[in-house]
Amino acid sequence: MAARVGIVGIGHCRFGNSSEYDLVDVIAYAANAAFRDAGGLKLRKEVDQVFVGNMAGGLFNRQTSVASALVSRMDMEPVPAELVENGPASGASAIRMGYMAIASGMADVVLVAAGEVMRTVSGWEATDIVATMAHHDAEYNMGLTLPGFAGMFTRLYMQKYGMTERDLALVAVKNHANGAKNEYAHVQIPVTIEAIADGPEASVVNNYVAEPLRMYSTCPITDGSAAVILVNMDSAKAKLFRQKPIRIAGIASATDTHCVHNRKDPLVLDAVRLSAEKAYAMAGVGPKDIDVAELHDAFVIFELLNSEEVGFFERGTSFLGVRKGETEIGGRIPINTSGGLKAKGHPVGATGVSQVFELCRQLRGEAEEGRQVKDPRYGMAVNFGGFGNNVVTTILAKD
Amino acid sequence: MAIDALEMKLRPPADTLAPYPPKLITLASGEKMVVRECTLKDVGALLETVHPLLAVAKDYYDIVAARMYSEILGWFRYRVANEFVIVGAIDGVIAGIVTSRHVKSGLGMSLHTLTIKRGLRVGAQLFAAKMEHHIDYLKEDEVHIVAESPIGFKRWMIEYELEDRSAQYPELRHELGGVPTFTLTRKLWDGLRAVKCTGSRPIDPALLKTADKLIPPSEYVQLPNWKRGA
Repeated sequence: MAARVGIVGIGHCRFGNSSEYDLVDVIAYAANAAFRDAGGLKLRKEVDQVFVGNMAGGLFNRQTSVASALVSRMDMEPVPAELVENGPASGASAIRMGYMAIASGMADVVLVAAGEVMRTVSGWEATDIVATMAHHDAEYNMGLTLPGFAGMFTRLYMQKYGMTERDLALVAVKNHANGAKNEYAHVQIPVTIEAIADGPEASVVNNYVAEPLRMYSTCPITDGSAAVILVNMDSAKAKLFRQKPIRIAGIASATDTHCVHNRKDPLVLDAVRLSAEKAYAMAGVGPKDIDVAELHDAFVIFELLNSEEVGFFERGTSFLGVRKGETEIGGRIPINTSGGLKAKGHPVGATGVSQVFELCRQLRGEAEEGRQVKDPRYGMAVNFGGFGNNVVTTILAKD
Repeated sequence: MAIDALEMKLRPPADTLAPYPPKLITLASGEKMVVRECTLKDVGALLETVHPLLAVAKDYYDIVAARMYSEILGWFRYRVANEFVIVGAIDGVIAGIVTSRHVKSGLGMSLHTLTIKRGLRVGAQLFAAKMEHHIDYLKEDEVHIVAESPIGFKRWMIEYELEDRSAQYPELRHELGGVPTFTLTRKLWDGLRAVKCTGSRPIDPALLKTADKLIPPSEYVQLPNWKRGA
């Protein structure tokens, strides 16, 4: 039987603009915070393996070999350290690698730290760098960007299911309300439906980015880092940590075609559904058991689609649930209590770990007042790499 | 020579400029921002607002604040010809300021845009208001614009797709140090007005009154831990 893997330390920086800081320092900040949370910096010497999630340090910061740089910066040599790159799902993939290292018996304690500093370049350049995850010839060279993709995707969904731009705005209003209460969020400003959708000035205040996506349908460009410490809950080392472990009950990934046009139906995100199904099976739970979820909403349409693929809503109906407030805190299934990528921000390589950080806070009961879900037992995170072509789903449990 | 006569020789000639009618913009946060033209009675609050930002190097606030301080003071002291200042205020508290100048018939000279309250595109709205005044109310055909920060370049030169006139240097040069000059033309503005410029007119008199006496902000996101009067 594989070892039980738990999270015994969590760390996070305030997301926003860290472009004045070195990428490695930004990641080390979260890693050190995780050790302090776990019981102190002395615990660094207990680590058997380090995995670092980062998507594009070589492009944004001219820094490659980020894992090597991090262990040296943190005086953790000679611990083994590897970089995990899976686009915007790099963070969750790094956690999955950490889980596998412990489950295989090769490690008892793993530090997973992830970060991205994107605001060293202009918004246009950042968009271009992120677009390098697309198919080079069929997509990137044709000028497609992720907002462009998401715009077309949103248009298709609107035509097929009758969703409106106002429905997208409702997701943004919810996520900004949550982000406004999250001390780690990039954008801590609530927005109103009148201002971004209904009012006479809304079309300018909430301008188009890639029609029908508007500014408030799209995540900001954000710097930041997050870290977690994983432990073999059945090992002697588990007793060294002061935090009661939050167990990784299920973690799974799945892939889909690199080219979106090769999919039978572009609105079907097979990799999300398959990774969720595998994670549910591993955890022995189903969608109805999940009490809180962080779903990758780089564009708000993704939150809606992901919530359908993981089984919270029937296909084509998630926006109806948003209208009823079912995804708000206090609703049937609170989604993106952190503010999501929309308000908390999306430092691409860090996002998967940041989502798990938020779920740990929720399961520990440590979220800020007004943001805490009542007595959650299971939390789910979906971290979306590429345009849905490499997805990691994680289910955490409070035992 | 009487002092008043000497003073008058120091002052530039002044044209009578068309007024900028106030408007109201609901920001994404739901806050109501009154956008109105300033008068000389506002100068104290404007200078008090700008002054703390002289110490903020990040995002070039220092140079923009320094230049704007001198522009507002120059306007107050009658040392700049045909300058105008537009402010955005939320519940009377200054959220952003723009300065600009009418040069001659058909030509405007954009000076500076200073965003105090960030994250809500206040600067973008006020810059658009400034261009609206130049072209729609002062009836200018062109406005010369420079950027002194990367954010400004992105917001104005790239987003507005301004005409690059830098090749015409030195015959055509902006007043701000001769840095590369870009131009908003009436034709460009006609294509941009609907997507860049907004605001409701006329303003409810009660809301307009909230911006009658401008209030300098007590805190700045640009200056963590700074408090006015502390």
